[in-house]
Amino acid sequence: MYSFTHHAASSVADAVKSVGEGKYLAGGHTLIPTMKQRLAQPGHLVDLNKVAELKGISDNGSVLTIKAMSRHAEVASSDVVKKAIPGLAALAGGIGDPQVRHRGTIGGSVANNDPVADYPAACLALGATIVTDRRRIKADDFFQGLFTTALEDNELITAFEFPHADKFAYAKFRNPASLYALVGVAVAKRGSDVRVAVTGAGSDGVFRWTDAEAKLASNFSASALDGLKASASGLNGDIHGSAEYRAHLIGVMAKRAAAAA
Amino acid sequence: MAKVSMTVNGKPVTADIDPRTLLVQFIREHLHLTGTHVGCDTSQCGACTVHMDGVAVKSCTTLAVTADGANITTIEGLAHGAQLHPMQEAFRENHGLQCGFCTPGMIMSAVDIVNRKGANLDEHTIRHELEGNICRCTGYHNIVKAIGDGARAMGAQKHAAE
Repeated sequence: MYSFTHHAASSVADAVKSVGEGKYLAGGHTLIPTMKQRLAQPGHLVDLNKVAELKGISDNGSVLTIKAMSRHAEVASSDVVKKAIPGLAALAGGIGDPQVRHRGTIGGSVANNDPVADYPAACLALGATIVTDRRRIKADDFFQGLFTTALEDNELITAFEFPHADKFAYAKFRNPASLYALVGVAVAKRGSDVRVAVTGAGSDGVFRWTDAEAKLASNFSASALDGLKASASGLNGDIHGSAEYRAHLIGVMAKRAAAAA
Repeated sequence: MAKVSMTVNGKPVTADIDPRTLLVQFIREHLHLTGTHVGCDTSQCGACTVHMDGVAVKSCTTLAVTADGANITTIEGLAHGAQLHPMQEAFRENHGLQCGFCTPGMIMSAVDIVNRKGANLDEHTIRHELEGNICRCTGYHNIVKAIGDGARAMGAQKHAAE
C-alpha cells in the first residue's frame, strides 16, 4: 500500500469539506484490497466509520430509508427492512461472507458500482433514489457504466430511499470462489409496473431487461418467461463463463426471482 | 503518523502508527499477539478473523486507524487463564485442525456464529456460515463437528450461568 493521510470525519459536512483529491473510506472491503494491490493510491482517506448521521434504517410506511453506512449484516437482520422489502434483506444477507457483511456498506457498494455487485440491481429494479450531500439522484440516472456513476468528485452518498413494492425478489448465481454474482437478477412489481434489473453480466454494469419486464407486466409468473432468451450481445465473457452462458443464466435467475417475489 | 487507542482482549492500548497499518499488522507486529494469522491477505481465507465490537471481521481488510475506539478480541482473548474457551476445547476434542494455520480464524468465526445463530447449529448452517474461512488442508469435516460440539458447550455454559 502506498502511504496516505487519514482523517476520521465527524459529520457529512466535515467529510465533504476535507476529502479534497482523496477518497472516502466506508467499509473498505473493495478499497483496501485495491490499495493493497496498488491498483488505487489515494493520498488522503476520509474515514466515514464514525459519522453517526450516516447510520440508521427507517420506514415511513411507503418508503424505506437506509443510511449509507449501514452494513450488509445490519440490512440483512433489520426487522424494518424485513417488514418493508423482505427481498432486500435477503439480498444483503447473500453478499460475500459473514465477515464481509459485518464491514461492507450499502453506500460503499453502490458508489463503487462494481458490475458484479448486488445492490445496484436492487436500486435499479426498485427505482430507488440515491440521496447525496447535495442532491437526490434517481437510480435510472445514477449508474453510468463500469465503476462509473453520476457522483461528482467529492459528492458523498448519505442515504437510499427505496419505495415499497408489491413484490420484490433477487436471485443470483454466485461465483463459488469470489462469492460475487456471476449473474444476479432483481424483479420488482408495483401495480402494473414491472422492472427487471440484471447485475454481474453486462459489460457496462447493471442494466434493465425490458423484454422480461413486458412479459411479467402482463403475467407476473416464472412461466411468463418461458422461451424468452436474453441477448448475449453486450455481456461479459471471461474464464468464469462465456457471454452466452451468462445470457442463459439471466433467464434462469429472472425466473427464480419472479417465482420468489 | 496517527494516534490510535483501542481495547484489545480487555486491555487498553494506545500507539502512534502509520495510517497504512492494517489491524492485523497492529495486532501481530505492534502488540505481538501472533495467534491471529495472515493467510491470503486478500479478504478470502479468514485466518485473520478477530472480533471488532462483538462481530467477526477480517483484520487484514480493516485499517487499524478505523478500529480507533473499538473493542477487539483475538484468539488470545478467549481462554480464561489455563482453561480453554469451550469452542477451543471442542476443536481439541474433535481434532478440528490439521496444520492448524486456519484454526484461530475458524474458532473466532465459530464463536461469532454461535453469538448470531444460537447454540443449536445443524451441519448445513455451520458449513454455510463458514463461507468466509478456508482450510487449505480441506479438514472441514472435523471443524464442522467441533463447531457443533463447541456451540452446544457454549449454550450449556450460558445456561449454567443463568
